[in-house]
Amino acid sequence: MAALEINNVCKIFGSEQVLRDVSLAIDSGEFLILVGPSGCGKSTLMNAIAGLEPVTSGEIRIAGEEVTWQTPAERDIAMVFQSYALYPSMTVRQNISFGLEMRKVPRAEREAAVERVADLLQISHLLDRKPSQLSGGQRQRVAMGRALAREPKIYLFDEPLSNLDAKLRVDMRTEIKKLHQRLGTTIVYVTHDQIEAMTLADCIAVMRDGRILQLGTPDEVYNDPVDIFVAGFMGSPSMNFIVAILEGGAGDYRLRIATPEEEDLVLPWPAVRETPDMAGQVGREVILGLRPEHIGEEDARLGDRNEGTRITARISVVEPTGADILLQLPLGQGEVTARVGPRCRVLAGERLALRVDMGRAVLFDSETERRLA
Amino acid sequence: MDNVIRRRTVGARIGRAMLYAVLLLAALFYLLPLAVMLITSVKPLAEISPGTLLSLPREPTLAPWAKAWGEACTGMRCEGVGGYFFNSIAIVAPAVAISTVIGALNGYALTKWRFRGSELLFALMLFGCFIPFQVVLLPMAQTLGWLGLSSSRAGLILVHVVFGIAFTTLFFRNFFVAVPTELVSAAKLDGAGFFRIFWRILLPVSTPIIVVSVIWQFTQIWNDFLFGVAFSAHDTQPVTVALNNLVNTSTGVREYNVDMAAAMIAALPTLLVYVLAGKYFVRGLTAGSVKG
Ligand SMILES: Nc1ncnc2c1ncn2[C@@H]1O[C@H](COP(=O)(O)OP(=O)(O)OP(=O)(O)O)[C@@H](O)[C@H]1O
Ligand SMILES: [Mg+2]
Repeated sequence: MAALEINNVCKIFGSEQVLRDVSLAIDSGEFLILVGPSGCGKSTLMNAIAGLEPVTSGEIRIAGEEVTWQTPAERDIAMVFQSYALYPSMTVRQNISFGLEMRKVPRAEREAAVERVADLLQISHLLDRKPSQLSGGQRQRVAMGRALAREPKIYLFDEPLSNLDAKLRVDMRTEIKKLHQRLGTTIVYVTHDQIEAMTLADCIAVMRDGRILQLGTPDEVYNDPVDIFVAGFMGSPSMNFIVAILEGGAGDYRLRIATPEEEDLVLPWPAVRETPDMAGQVGREVILGLRPEHIGEEDARLGDRNEGTRITARISVVEPTGADILLQLPLGQGEVTARVGPRCRVLAGERLALRVDMGRAVLFDSETERRLA
Repeated sequence: MDNVIRRRTVGARIGRAMLYAVLLLAALFYLLPLAVMLITSVKPLAEISPGTLLSLPREPTLAPWAKAWGEACTGMRCEGVGGYFFNSIAIVAPAVAISTVIGALNGYALTKWRFRGSELLFALMLFGCFIPFQVVLLPMAQTLGWLGLSSSRAGLILVHVVFGIAFTTLFFRNFFVAVPTELVSAAKLDGAGFFRIFWRILLPVSTPIIVVSVIWQFTQIWNDFLFGVAFSAHDTQPVTVALNNLVNTSTGVREYNVDMAAAMIAALPTLLVYVLAGKYFVRGLTAGSVKG
């Protein structure tokens, strides 16, 4: 049974439609991540699930039961707010046990629960401090502790790590992952961080302008995006979009890419990835989507046994990131990014032979921006 | 503190010294009436004559204070202002408490439980801050009559509460607007209701604005004359009205020392409140405008 089900939810603030016909369902124990540009309605959706904002239309179900018009308290949800929202006048201990106290849990049980989450989050030594006496990372853990002290049906996390420094963020990410594996509770989590989304999620919902564009596993959303927006939004550095002309026909599709001051490049489209939709686009402009890691350097020792289609290009920018090197090179009307190994010795201005892995490339309609193949 | 970093030249020092001198003079000028009152109130009547306003008493005496408190005539009766002083307390204490509590609840509801029209309601309440008191004297008298509260202490308390709510609501609304709404959301999810959230989450952080509200209301109501004179009977008069009667009662010689002592008695509580809590008053008025 779905732990959380959202059916055709709309939300209108004044004249602005913030959620447009949002529907999704997740199973018990699943980790759903909401991503999308700022202002696309992620927090609004979270507030709707929590019952903090009434929806304009549609229906929300938790564990099969309709809760659309229930109060936040009745829904049995715990939420970690982006701003932590710790009660300033209470100690950490009181902050954590407040929710239990309101639910009339006996004192002994409350204390046990505080001990349990304090151990789990390593904040036992902070229990008697006020929130103002804590660092950002500690506050974050207390906010998490407040949610974890209860055993609600669903946890909602609204960008819980956004205020932390890079190192702490990575640590907390791992903690959350472990926690989810241990507790097995259903979680809805908002983030702007690509890596958080890819590593934590069982399921990712990509939102834009109040709509869910795609709902799928991280692998699906990353490798099989429904449109240009999703493809460009997921992944960092983001996918390259190259304007090309589709040529040939079924069984022998090719993409012709015109680059100024270079010979036209013709890339064969793998036959196994053909779709019926492509037939209608022959002779027209399409958009080829290539992730940076699908353009790699050629291994000189392998020669013709290198995978993928060979291209050569004059490298315009070399950006070492440590783990690997990002190269900018002209391809089509603009520049594209390629990702090569850290030992690749190339200088800006030099020509380099690269291999394009067309087996993982995607193709979009240039007008509707929807996926073609 | 001087937040501008610059080299302390001689010119700058002289400039600063002059600045302080001017400020000091201004302060003295404003304190002068108080000094005159204090000095006069401890002089025997014989020492009071034109031209000696500022000279210190040769034989200081507390007799004028005692007379002002217990014997001076205020109109027909000659019982001093002491009894009226307690009248004032009996009016001010409940009026301040009630208007502050209602203002706090209003501010809380207007910011954290918004409803359709809550902004309009607030705007209308703000309007109440600007209504001149004189305008409402007659309707208010009529209303008190209907309620059967004419000339009673309860009636006067009601008037002060009604007038105070506009201000206390404004104070609390502006304070609570700066308190993050997520706190209330978090408490709602934790299962707390309207009053529980108010009591457990908001009230504990509201000390500065409570102080502001209490000082403001205390000063306003204690110093009120118009409502006191319009809506009270003889035995429910506040001290301000009694003071006026005392000063205007002409029987023989004008006892300036007693007048001054009575005025001091009437003014002391507000002075005291400001001295004790003024620091929080200033802090509370600017709270929220700056972080931290
Ligand atoms: N109370 C409100 N009244 C009117 N408009 C609102 C209100 N709350 C949010 N909005 C609007 O709804 C839209 C979505 O807001 P929301 O906070 O859900 O965005 P978000 O996806 O969480 O963005 P971010 O990533 O920046 O947190 C925004 O355009 C915002 O201006
Ligand atoms: Mg948000």
